[in-house]
Amino acid sequence: MTTTLVALAVVMATVIWWLVRTSVGASPWVEERPGADHSPTSTLPLPTIKIGLGVFMAVATSLFALSISAYLMRREGVDWRPLAPPMVLWFNTASLALGSVFFQRARNASRSGQAAGMRRGLLAGGACTLAFLAGQFWAWRSLDAAGYYVASNPANAFFYFLTALHGLHLLGGLWVWGATLVKMRRGAALEQVRMSVELCTAYWHFLLVIWMILFGVLLFT
Amino acid sequence: MTYVPIGHEASDYAPPAETQEMELYHPKTFIGKYIWSQDAKVIAIQYSITAIGIGMVALVLSWLMRLQLGFPNTFNFIDPSAYLQMVSMHGMIMVIYLLTALFLGGFGNYLIPLMVGARDMVFPYVNMLSYWIYLLAVLLLLASFFVPGGPTGAGWTLYPPQAILTGTPGAGLGIILMLVSLAFFIIGFTMGGLNYVVTVLQARARGMTQMRLPLTIWGIFMATILALLAFPALFVSAIMMTLDLTLGTSFFMPGIVSQGKQLGYGGGSPVLFQHLFWFFGHPEVYIVALPAFGIVSDLISVNARKNIFGYRMMVWAILAIGGLSFIVWAHHMYVSGMNPYFGFFFATTTLIIAIPTALKVYNWVLTLWRGNIRLNVPMLFAIGFIFTFIHGGLTGIFLGNVAVDLALSDTMFVVAHFHMVMAIAPILVVMGAIYHWYPKMTGRMLNDTMGKIHFWITFLGSYAIYLPMHYLGFLGVPRRYYALGDTYFIPESAQSLNASITIAALIVGVVQLLFLYNLVWSYFKGEPSGGNPWEATTLEWQTAETPPKHGNFGAELPVVYRWAYDYSVPGAAQDFIPQNHPPSEAGTGMSDVRK
Repeated sequence: MTTTLVALAVVMATVIWWLVRTSVGASPWVEERPGADHSPTSTLPLPTIKIGLGVFMAVATSLFALSISAYLMRREGVDWRPLAPPMVLWFNTASLALGSVFFQRARNASRSGQAAGMRRGLLAGGACTLAFLAGQFWAWRSLDAAGYYVASNPANAFFYFLTALHGLHLLGGLWVWGATLVKMRRGAALEQVRMSVELCTAYWHFLLVIWMILFGVLLFT
Repeated sequence: MTYVPIGHEASDYAPPAETQEMELYHPKTFIGKYIWSQDAKVIAIQYSITAIGIGMVALVLSWLMRLQLGFPNTFNFIDPSAYLQMVSMHGMIMVIYLLTALFLGGFGNYLIPLMVGARDMVFPYVNMLSYWIYLLAVLLLLASFFVPGGPTGAGWTLYPPQAILTGTPGAGLGIILMLVSLAFFIIGFTMGGLNYVVTVLQARARGMTQMRLPLTIWGIFMATILALLAFPALFVSAIMMTLDLTLGTSFFMPGIVSQGKQLGYGGGSPVLFQHLFWFFGHPEVYIVALPAFGIVSDLISVNARKNIFGYRMMVWAILAIGGLSFIVWAHHMYVSGMNPYFGFFFATTTLIIAIPTALKVYNWVLTLWRGNIRLNVPMLFAIGFIFTFIHGGLTGIFLGNVAVDLALSDTMFVVAHFHMVMAIAPILVVMGAIYHWYPKMTGRMLNDTMGKIHFWITFLGSYAIYLPMHYLGFLGVPRRYYALGDTYFIPESAQSLNASITIAALIVGVVQLLFLYNLVWSYFKGEPSGGNPWEATTLEWQTAETPPKHGNFGAELPVVYRWAYDYSVPGAAQDFIPQNHPPSEAGTGMSDVRK
């Protein structure tokens, strides 16, 4: 559970540090002085929807950290026979990283008001992600063909479980990505989709980092 | 004591931060208003009714269990399998589908926007989805009563390998439905939880600094953070166990011979499941307790007509408990065969968590000290909570110590302990909170006489149930046993004690029906309450209409000038100053009289 504890310690420490920072030195019993400006409500200087995504990413971090903890604890078992991750995973990792780059370009284009650049970035980013998912499916098929069935060894089971969990999160992202494309096709102005693009970009970077960690864990253990 | 004005700190004065007006969804049809509603108040009531409804099922299950324990060999329809199924479903429903859903989905939805001064939750559509997914989870759970083999009888902890082995009641569809239902519950909760956290962070009214938030909000806020981070552990373990059951993987299943047959599993770790389960399970205790702590602080302050003692300490205690609750989980696993050095570590952290918890108890008592106490029904429940919580907390110190726990593990002492601390104590707060906020929800007071009968029978009855149960535990009476049989070390008299516990449990159970009757009766015939019957300071009592309309605060959002605890301020015209009263109107404030 060390992995989980480290990940959660970071999340909890951030939360508690921030809350304590805003509360130390406050004198809650002091009322507002008549006629003075109001105390700041100390909301975070970010759009609400971004905070929402941030909280969701914290939840997903907990989910993946716990899964990795379970993986590391289970591999101590005597029946664990390590599985060599298929080579296609390298290609997949490259596609996902490229997808992240394209999303970043789409975001930058949306910030500088270039609708065409944003559309290109989004389409390319989505295509790379679809390539990643297809590659992951290919990896499953090749493992299955080589006799690495899900139930034949816990290492296999974890491989399928972790990749599926990550893939499902990407599918959720693709749903928002698709909705954004539909909006743009219906003629939405750049300002109306800018936030969606920014959110997608942040989420894609997050899922890339999660994938790198998962891949690293699968590769080196 | 001399009263002199104190200086205002520079940090209090910075440019005003306006809270943006939010665009509300305005439904036009009945269905849009009351069924597919995106209004947090309606969602809160939907959550509450569903949670209380499924809670009633669990209550009836507990009656049946007690009938078996109190009067064995009397009721033919309760066989050992049915008994285990009742135990399991009672536990799971009460902890997750009633208490978690009611505190966070029910009170969280109703109180967060109103108390922080917002029009609604920040993501109303997601909030609506949260309820409907919760309802789906409840329906799946209920469905398990009607499938072949019935619901799972694996105990609420669902420990593998027995949870999914043939021979355990409900090992087929029952356990699958339970696991799927939990997964849905967690997805639904995450949607709601995002709302609760982000609304508290971002949608507070102008002037509502974090340190002016009522403790109710602090409790719900921290509990939601815990739930968001801890529920994934249950989610992961539920999915893995489903895979073990359906695809034959061996995440948790060791090589095992079942009913004379070698199964295909091998090498899985049941202790891994226990780690994951309790990594969720212990924070879950605080997911239920922290909102109760927050609510009870407010009930006590309002009805003692005093500011809460040590507000900042109360906030930091909530944060400390939240942080510590993630590193105590293995105190549920002292007998699991884990490394004994872990036991030492977890015993230490468990005892450390007693410090912020005790701090809160002292502060509640000190708030009562020399207060102008109004012994109304919510206050009775709040004081009742302090009693039962202290009792449950003290027995927790017994069980937190490895050496003591080894002897008491899996006895009725444990059952008595956790019922006192996380069943009776939070339920008393739930009751107090319903008596307190019902007037805001409906515009009518709950009947006082029925309320007092309800309180006294519930409170004294709880002691009649659980105090003797500690003693049964000391005798060595095990938990989860259908019948004791001829056990040489358990005296005959234990049976008569069991019978008396059952009678008390039935009486306490029946009086809850009086409470439900009161809820319905008062809705039509209760005394009109007006907008602020308790003379409370928090924003939900200052709304233009009672019950508050869609959008909560009429044309303009409130502006907050003070904390939630300006009661009995010397020199003020009345003994409470609402949070949105400007200083000039209120006369003088706490800041001018403190030294």
